[in-house]
Amino acid sequence: MTSSTIDHTHDHGHDHAHDHPVGARRWLFATNHKDIGTLYMWFAFIMLLSGGVLALMIRTELFQPGLQFFRPEFFNQLTTMHGIVMVFGAIMPAFVGFANWMIPLQIGASDMAFARMNNFSFWLLPPAAILLAASFFVPGGATAAGWTLYAPLSTQMGPGMDMAIFALHIMGASSIMGSINIIVTILNMRAPGLTLMKMPMFCWTWLITAYLLIAVMPVLAGAITMTLTDRHFGTSFFNAAGGGDPVMYQHIFWFFGHPEVYIMILPAFGIVSQIIPAFARKPLFGYASMVYATASIAILSFIVWAHHMFTTGMPVTSQLFFMYATMLIAVPTGVKVFNWVATMWKGSMTFETPMLFAVGFIFVFTMGGFTGLILAVTPIDIQVQDTYYVVAHFHYVLVAGSLFALFAGFYYWAPKWTGHMYPEGRGKTHFWLSLITFNVTFFPMHFLGLAGMPRRYADYAVQFTDFNQIVSIGAFGFGLSQVYFLFFVVLPTIRGGKPAEAKPWEGAEGLEWTVPSPAPFHTFETPPLVK
Amino acid sequence: MSSPHSAPYYFIPGPSRWPMAAGISMLVTMAGASGWVNGTAWGPGVCTAGIVAMLIVLYNWFGDAIGESESGKYGERIDLSYRWSMSWFIFSEVMFFGAFFGALFYARAISMPWLSDLDHKVIWPDYSGHWGNIGPAGTVEQFSTMGPFPIPTINTALLLTSGVTLTIAHHALRAGHRARTALFLFATILLGAIFMGFQAYEYHHAYSELNLKLTSGIYGSTFFMLTGFHGFHVTMGAIMLSVVLYRVLRGHFTPEHHFGFEGAAWYWHFVDVVWLGLYVVVYWL
Amino acid sequence: ATEPVITGRPLEHQLNMQAPVTGIAAYIYSLHNWMMVVCLVIFIGVFGVMFYSVFKHRKSLGHKPATFHESTTVEIAWTIVPFLIVIGMALPATHAVVQMKDTSNPDLTIKVTGMQWKWGYDYLKGEGEGISFLSNLATPRTQVGEPGIAPTEKRTENYLLEVDNPVVVPVGKKVRLVLTANDVIHSWTIPAFAVKQDAIPGFVRDAWFKAEQVGTYRGNCVELCGKEHAFMPIVVKVVSAEDYTAWVNGEKTRMAALADDPNKVWTIDELKTKGDKVYAANCVACHQANGQGVPSAFASLVGSPVVTGPKAEQIAVLLNGKHSGKYPSAMPAWKQLSDSEIASVITYTRNSWTNKADENIVQPSEVLAARGK
Ligand code: HEA
Ligand code: HEA
Ligand code: CUA
Ligand SMILES: [Cu+2]
Repeated sequence: MTSSTIDHTHDHGHDHAHDHPVGARRWLFATNHKDIGTLYMWFAFIMLLSGGVLALMIRTELFQPGLQFFRPEFFNQLTTMHGIVMVFGAIMPAFVGFANWMIPLQIGASDMAFARMNNFSFWLLPPAAILLAASFFVPGGATAAGWTLYAPLSTQMGPGMDMAIFALHIMGASSIMGSINIIVTILNMRAPGLTLMKMPMFCWTWLITAYLLIAVMPVLAGAITMTLTDRHFGTSFFNAAGGGDPVMYQHIFWFFGHPEVYIMILPAFGIVSQIIPAFARKPLFGYASMVYATASIAILSFIVWAHHMFTTGMPVTSQLFFMYATMLIAVPTGVKVFNWVATMWKGSMTFETPMLFAVGFIFVFTMGGFTGLILAVTPIDIQVQDTYYVVAHFHYVLVAGSLFALFAGFYYWAPKWTGHMYPEGRGKTHFWLSLITFNVTFFPMHFLGLAGMPRRYADYAVQFTDFNQIVSIGAFGFGLSQVYFLFFVVLPTIRGGKPAEAKPWEGAEGLEWTVPSPAPFHTFETPPLVK
Repeated sequence: MSSPHSAPYYFIPGPSRWPMAAGISMLVTMAGASGWVNGTAWGPGVCTAGIVAMLIVLYNWFGDAIGESESGKYGERIDLSYRWSMSWFIFSEVMFFGAFFGALFYARAISMPWLSDLDHKVIWPDYSGHWGNIGPAGTVEQFSTMGPFPIPTINTALLLTSGVTLTIAHHALRAGHRARTALFLFATILLGAIFMGFQAYEYHHAYSELNLKLTSGIYGSTFFMLTGFHGFHVTMGAIMLSVVLYRVLRGHFTPEHHFGFEGAAWYWHFVDVVWLGLYVVVYWL
Repeated sequence: ATEPVITGRPLEHQLNMQAPVTGIAAYIYSLHNWMMVVCLVIFIGVFGVMFYSVFKHRKSLGHKPATFHESTTVEIAWTIVPFLIVIGMALPATHAVVQMKDTSNPDLTIKVTGMQWKWGYDYLKGEGEGISFLSNLATPRTQVGEPGIAPTEKRTENYLLEVDNPVVVPVGKKVRLVLTANDVIHSWTIPAFAVKQDAIPGFVRDAWFKAEQVGTYRGNCVELCGKEHAFMPIVVKVVSAEDYTAWVNGEKTRMAALADDPNKVWTIDELKTKGDKVYAANCVACHQANGQGVPSAFASLVGSPVVTGPKAEQIAVLLNGKHSGKYPSAMPAWKQLSDSEIASVITYTRNSWTNKADENIVQPSEVLAARGK
């Protein structure tokens, strides 16, 4: 492989690399952003189902008080792995998949900046998933310390904890490389004339998300490395006996963890900001303020972390600081919501499935945002911290937020990906099923939490029974709705269906709609000129 | 708008087996590491095999990249991409060190005073916190702390000098003096190696004479993790510079086109700056 | 006795927070209601506009799209107005935070220790100083059931919300809690008091409450602390000043009686009977009723060399705990138990299931002798 040989041959074999690779090689050795995007999305969907199955196991046990199906130690493993799988396996990779597919198409680039590294980012994920799955079968089982892996409980876990730590390291490396790729692609590969302030909102939100990722993933890596050395090499980072502090873990973790939740919502904002104008047939209201709001949310996200720690007993000044800073985030988020509504105002709207999910997103996400604001108020948070109120809050923003936006994006761009229109009636059915069962599942959790039902509980007081039963029934309904999505929408759309035009949506804007559907293997090999 | 040069507008490599192979190597490495830390017999072997596999993959992968670069496929844009990516990669490394510096700061400025305040007399009646103590529970053996003299100061001088020699090498490269470039590059690597030698000696001294160990409470934890990760990064930087030196000797770089050199140099300067932080925060304060 | 007006535990189908019995809890209760109203108003405003648009500005109704896409005035307005609303919310909250943090001048100070999986209470200062006890879940396992084994007993309304030894405090007095933990982080809460404070191993945190109504108030451990996290409830009995004094006196006599006469020699049957109870209260969660533990999680006591071998080692393990590394979690230290409790439970394990240890009896005096070694 020495370079000198290549010097001489001046290599022409590689020129044919531009041909369409086929078979297993196409996927395993992929360097094409569309293929890699597809891989990411399938991986994420499988993880969503796996994490969902874990959730359904949780809901099965919680259908009644008492211990019916699982020992509490296994229940804790279910909760922990559900959280880790959903956050790191499902939501984050799904958004990276969208980024891979759409960012080059939206900015008129031929591919991602580093095509091979792009594939490496993807191929780190299955190993991480394997480690996590295998950890269920080692002595002591998977880690059961909660997805937050708080010390010193994390020190008590068996080898499953180490496997989770290493899996998180791998996924962190994947995220960092993925983010660098996205940043460089956006900064360096935009078509001539496409200035930053003309860029589609999805690219903007991802650019900012990528910065969040490279800023905080290494911090998570640091935190779990300390956990690892505390566990095995006798360090005392989180051990008071040696002068360390368990709460220090929480500070480091949440310095990562809070930006992490915005990592999972900003690209969702981006998707929704693409869809609303398209179906309102009206340009996005307040483009510039959208960009500033996104950036403000990202910047504020670095100074609010301790709102997860109000009950650890911080000094009063810290409590107040973190309360104020957290509440401030409502302002830029509000700007986004208002801009969306203003975009719809006096539009000429139609409600195909992408629009349904986008409007559903705004509606339900805002409810989650309001509960977030209520949690931000320190005294109230102290009442509901670590109860199902928090669980309700974050499923409103994560499931009805991030996941609904992903669904919206799927319906919006699937014609471009597959070349087929999805079955519209079924799409609508999927939306209404999801919206209703989602609320049946997660709305009663607010009541449970206010009344005091703690989270991460394998068993609960009898007074909570009825609401828990509603929640469990809703959860199965929501799960089935996603199975319906897979078998009656996704697979049929891939296999066939009405051929899609290059621009199937009347009001859609952007370079991605200038290429045929399905998008050819290579697009924009010479960049388009944007006026 | 296609590029007038021989390089394509933006070269996209064809299918490559290395990324997936790297993923598998990572799986093997991490599975092995999980076994290793739990004391299994197979752990070390599997982990090492994974690392070796990873190195082989990287050798081939970088080989491909260098080959593409040398065959003129990389235009200016790719050069710029590499610059962006190296900068942001270094930024992520800064954040990684930030976690450990943060831990040091938190332990000293917040946890320690807390542990020794009046309320905590309930559980630690005779603890008075000062930095470098054995912690409140008496579970840590007595040890002495590490001061800035003489080794860390010598090491600071070494690293600072290495920054200068590296810059001289860069100027030489830009002026087209290959031999001079190679010489000063070699000097840089040598200074790095001497640094590592002193560092190893310091660790030995800490363990054998000061009874300062990784297990020496929060002081030992932060001391060894910070300096240890720094040492690891010095090693990585030295390896990068060695590859660059090899490429200089092979004549890969031109006065205009030598990002491989610059990327490694940036990394080296970053390692240098981290050391200055360490020198002040870990040894002096 | 009739139930007091405030039950001190969640009610069925309860939609809001538990009824407050401290000033701060009442303040938070209304603060939350008030915030809900504000949020609801904003919600109705925003979504009123949105749904008006959704129903009126449709293509199917022939609505033509407008072209406006920015308005600096409007955008500034809807940045500033929410900002002001948020400040309006933060001000009353600040007041509550400052109050909650003011733990000065308590009438009574109680140290709370979280342990896997029970609570320890030591009355440090004020009337009752010196009282100290452990508080375990009182709900029998026969109400909980096990995977595959249905519960054999009907659940009561205090299922998982009852303990053997509740904390007792006088009404209308400022009680300061200092909290810590032995092993991992736990969190102590009584929703009716609006107190929730993590108990952090190696650190001390404090909180306070002044209960204004006599009654029994219940809460749960609210920080994930391992397998029995759901099974370490908290019960506080708020009583009148006289009842409190009476309780303190009773407690003092009980403790005096409990204080072991180190010279008393117990019979093996006395020890086994007492040991059975101690085992059920403290050990069964991990080592299980059949003594066989949980594979790869908790050690089996049946045939274990520690339990059947020399007794000195078992006494040491109970007093100091043990982390062999074979299991993820450690055996905690049990030195808070009395000499007779430790002696009896050891004797119990040495003579139960199939165990027949040679050294089959341990006297409290031996435990006393081993303490502090
Ligand atoms: C996508 C993920 C996501 C998002 C977007 C958010 C958004 C927010 N979150 Fe949430 N949060 C989580 C995911 C998320 N969260 C998770 C996973 C946890 C639990 C972690 C764990 O412990 O396991 C958590 C927990 C959590 C806590 C800790 C609870 C506890 O453990 O005690 C808090 C406390 O402050 C909080 C606050 C907020 C706030 C203020 C917002 C704000 O960003 C919301 C802003 C939005 C709005 C306010 C609505 C729209 C605004 C308007 C219409 C304008 C007008 C409004 C007003 C002026 C009021 N969150
Ligand atoms: C990030 C996204 C995310 C998503 C999408 C979800 C989705 C769901 N979650 Fe969530 N959840 C978290 C993130 C998420 N969760 C986090 C971070 C925690 C905290 C963890 C912790 O405390 O540490 C948590 C905790 C959590 C709890 C609290 C557990 C506890 O405290 O003990 C509960 C309880 O009901 C719950 C329920 C659900 C349900 C019912 C869904 C449903 O939406 C799931 C829908 C189901 C499916 C999509 C599955 C469909 C598949 C099938 C029906 C079978 C098909 C079979 C084959 C294909 C073979 N979750
Ligand atoms: Cu103790 Cu949860
Ligand atoms: Cu947060």
